[in-house]
Amino acid sequence: MAARKIAPDTPELRARWGNFAFDADTKAKADTAIKRYPEGRQKSAVMPLLDLAQRQVGRETDTQGWLPLPVIEYVAEYLDVPVIRVLEVATFYTMYNLEPVGKFHVQVCGTTPCMLRGSDDIIAACKKRGMKPGHISDDGLWSFTEVECMGNCATAPMVQINDDNYEDLTPERLDKVLEALAAGETPKAGTQEPGRHTSEPANALSSLKDMVTENHDYRGEW
Amino acid sequence: MPKVTVDGQEIEVPAGATVLQACELAGKEIPRFCYHERLSIAGNCRMCLVEVKPGPPKPQASCALPATEGQEIRTDSEMVKTAREGVMEFLLINHPLDCPICDQGGECDLQDQSIAYGRGGSRYHENKRAVTSKHMGPLIKTIMTRCIHCTRCVRFSEEIAGVDEIGALYRGEDMQITTYLEQAAKHELSANVIDLCPVGALTSGPYAYEARPWELKKTWGIDVSDAVGSNIRIDSRGREVLRVLPRINDDVNEEWISDKARYQVDGLTRRRLDKVWLRKRGKLTEATWDEAFKKIAAAKPGKSIAAVAGDMLDCETMFAAKALLKASGSGLIESRQTGMDYDTSNLAAVNFNSGFSGIEETDAMLIVGSNVRWEAPLVNVRLRKAASKGAKVFIVGPEWDPTYKATFLGEDASVLSNLPAEVAEALKAAERPAVIIGAGGFAAGAHASAVKIANDFNMVRDGWNGFNALHISAARMGALMLGYAQDGGIADIAKAKPKVLLALGADEVDFSKFEDSLKVYIGHHGDKGAHAADIILPASAYTEKPGTYVNTEGRVQRGDKAVFAPGDAREDWTILRALADALGVTVGFDSFHELRAAMFAEVPALAHDGEVADYGAVAKAVKGNASPTGAIPSPIKDFYLTNPIARASAVMQQCSNELILGDTLAEAAE
Repeated sequence: MAARKIAPDTPELRARWGNFAFDADTKAKADTAIKRYPEGRQKSAVMPLLDLAQRQVGRETDTQGWLPLPVIEYVAEYLDVPVIRVLEVATFYTMYNLEPVGKFHVQVCGTTPCMLRGSDDIIAACKKRGMKPGHISDDGLWSFTEVECMGNCATAPMVQINDDNYEDLTPERLDKVLEALAAGETPKAGTQEPGRHTSEPANALSSLKDMVTENHDYRGEW
Repeated sequence: MPKVTVDGQEIEVPAGATVLQACELAGKEIPRFCYHERLSIAGNCRMCLVEVKPGPPKPQASCALPATEGQEIRTDSEMVKTAREGVMEFLLINHPLDCPICDQGGECDLQDQSIAYGRGGSRYHENKRAVTSKHMGPLIKTIMTRCIHCTRCVRFSEEIAGVDEIGALYRGEDMQITTYLEQAAKHELSANVIDLCPVGALTSGPYAYEARPWELKKTWGIDVSDAVGSNIRIDSRGREVLRVLPRINDDVNEEWISDKARYQVDGLTRRRLDKVWLRKRGKLTEATWDEAFKKIAAAKPGKSIAAVAGDMLDCETMFAAKALLKASGSGLIESRQTGMDYDTSNLAAVNFNSGFSGIEETDAMLIVGSNVRWEAPLVNVRLRKAASKGAKVFIVGPEWDPTYKATFLGEDASVLSNLPAEVAEALKAAERPAVIIGAGGFAAGAHASAVKIANDFNMVRDGWNGFNALHISAARMGALMLGYAQDGGIADIAKAKPKVLLALGADEVDFSKFEDSLKVYIGHHGDKGAHAADIILPASAYTEKPGTYVNTEGRVQRGDKAVFAPGDAREDWTILRALADALGVTVGFDSFHELRAAMFAEVPALAHDGEVADYGAVAKAVKGNASPTGAIPSPIKDFYLTNPIARASAVMQQCSNELILGDTLAEAAE
């Protein structure tokens, strides 16, 4: 996280993104998001709008998308809020990329449960393919960042690539996913463990066994 | 009125109070960094932890916890002590140990509270965080490694100043306070964040490394950079004023002051008049007091002597000059230097009657020709509060950014005699409607019209007086109370062709109208007045003499003398007293006390320090054109350069260059 920084405000950046405007599709979605909030509270829609803007930038650059300063300014103007308030939000959440990313932005979880289940190997596998933090691979396909808990602890370790999570990973399974993505295919999202559907217990039940058939009250047994 | 128990002492607290306020009412000190009485509650520093029963068995942040009936609060238990020590230890983890080179040293909340509530040592052996310092303009110096993320500055700029320019970027350990793209903070109150900052992250740029707080002599004064009469503390060392800080006065400036009030003081040591000068063959040459007085006496003014008061004068000086003229048989005194001639027969009709705290209560107001943000930044803070409570604001005059929602009705004064239906309806429907006429309104001759509007909409009613005049000169109300006004304004003085014209710190006068007069400038800065003068008598600035000032709401306030005037300069009243001897007249006082006693005898209201003078009812009509036409001007062209002290100040010049002319200068350079 410490590596996050805003892309510098250069004349080239202004030249490339100075004329950014929502396209018809994004605009329709943005206005729907704004309408969810009562009159006078339009600024509450700042998060969906930033996301929509990032996706549009993604479509324009054929990457996952990111938020150049002129785009952030555009969103601020669109919502009529001071730009510093929008920048605060954009810098707070890691789902907003502040610098250009690759076509596939690989976010590897390195928090304790994932680490115990082997996220170090996953990170090593990514590095072996030439990914490193704050860097886009030469073919423009990959960018990499290590993130904190994504809430998939039951199916650790996991990575998030663009909008999908890939869970129950081993270096081999990760390779398969990445190769499928590179080949333009859509690998199955979610757990990569054969036979597992989502985050149900992987083996036989080990806890809360009495809860299977009824709502058992454990409190007396402590 | 819930009853709570604080450390065994049962007290009753106002409904809606927080636990922290309850503890303060009980006389307990609660350490805090993020909590501030005048800002919203953030609850992010965790320093104010106390033990509260009933509630979860853990310390609670008292600043964000409402006090409720039957609470048992402990501020002295072991839990509270260890909680405070823990919070302090965490705060100090990333705070550098650079107090010896930090300007906040000696007046630092973190320093004081770590001594009082910290554990005296750190167990942290890792690397500390370092943060790059941010540019925030010429006034605010930043050393952001010291920041403890209390967000007081963010809340101030958003809530009080009304310009969202400071924000907190990133999160957690990486959180950084900055302005957008490190642009300068462009606001007239921006430097107040320096006082708010509990640590040394935001410190005063111009005052950097000048002095330690314990070296300074602290004198209570009144600010003269605008007509608000902000209460200030003048910090001086030896013969130099090093800085000015606000004093708390809820009726006047709350606890803020404008950047000009704070930073014009370096002008007090520049371009000063510290010698007597005589104009000989068109050139100013050094002289002695004796020569100067002889030359004035040689002009044999007799009755033909006039006095024009400047914008920053104290009442004592004006009274001394008036007494001198009276003894000579003249009544030619005027204070409206720029030639305005509005009717002053009814002082209530030229006064800010609602009062600064009162104007917060208005629910609809019409501002006639006033850029309040520049003319009185602290009044704009009050108007902002009113607007945020839902008051409708209409402004006639050149456009400016009020920081709140306002409707501009155009620049032409003719709209006043034909108010749009929307405005008329809002003022009619309002419970407490108000009109504010500012410098531009007076200059455009809209005074009579403003009084008419006040009467038409019945703005003076039971318990409410909605007629307000917002002056820009600190001396104005005092001058008017002392009778410094001719019916035709300064034109009457010019018509009388006085043999001697005393310009008392008057720099805005058109001296070309007084070519035949012997122009005596009694003032402290070599500005426009001194350039035109035949004789210059060096006098004292507002920090160098005790004085009485009346602000635009008619509040009488007194400031003290902080330092001595430089060189041969004297306190103004002594110069006028000596001049009386030279002219062979008797003014009736030989000491400052006698002068004040005589002044109080003539204008009793001036004797009541801190009180608002009673000017009676607002007149039903005043002299002047009730249906003025023509564009309303904006008399203040540059907020930072409105008076001779500010114009001599390097800091104010820099502010003007960077913050006001910035874009123009950059274009010129290209």
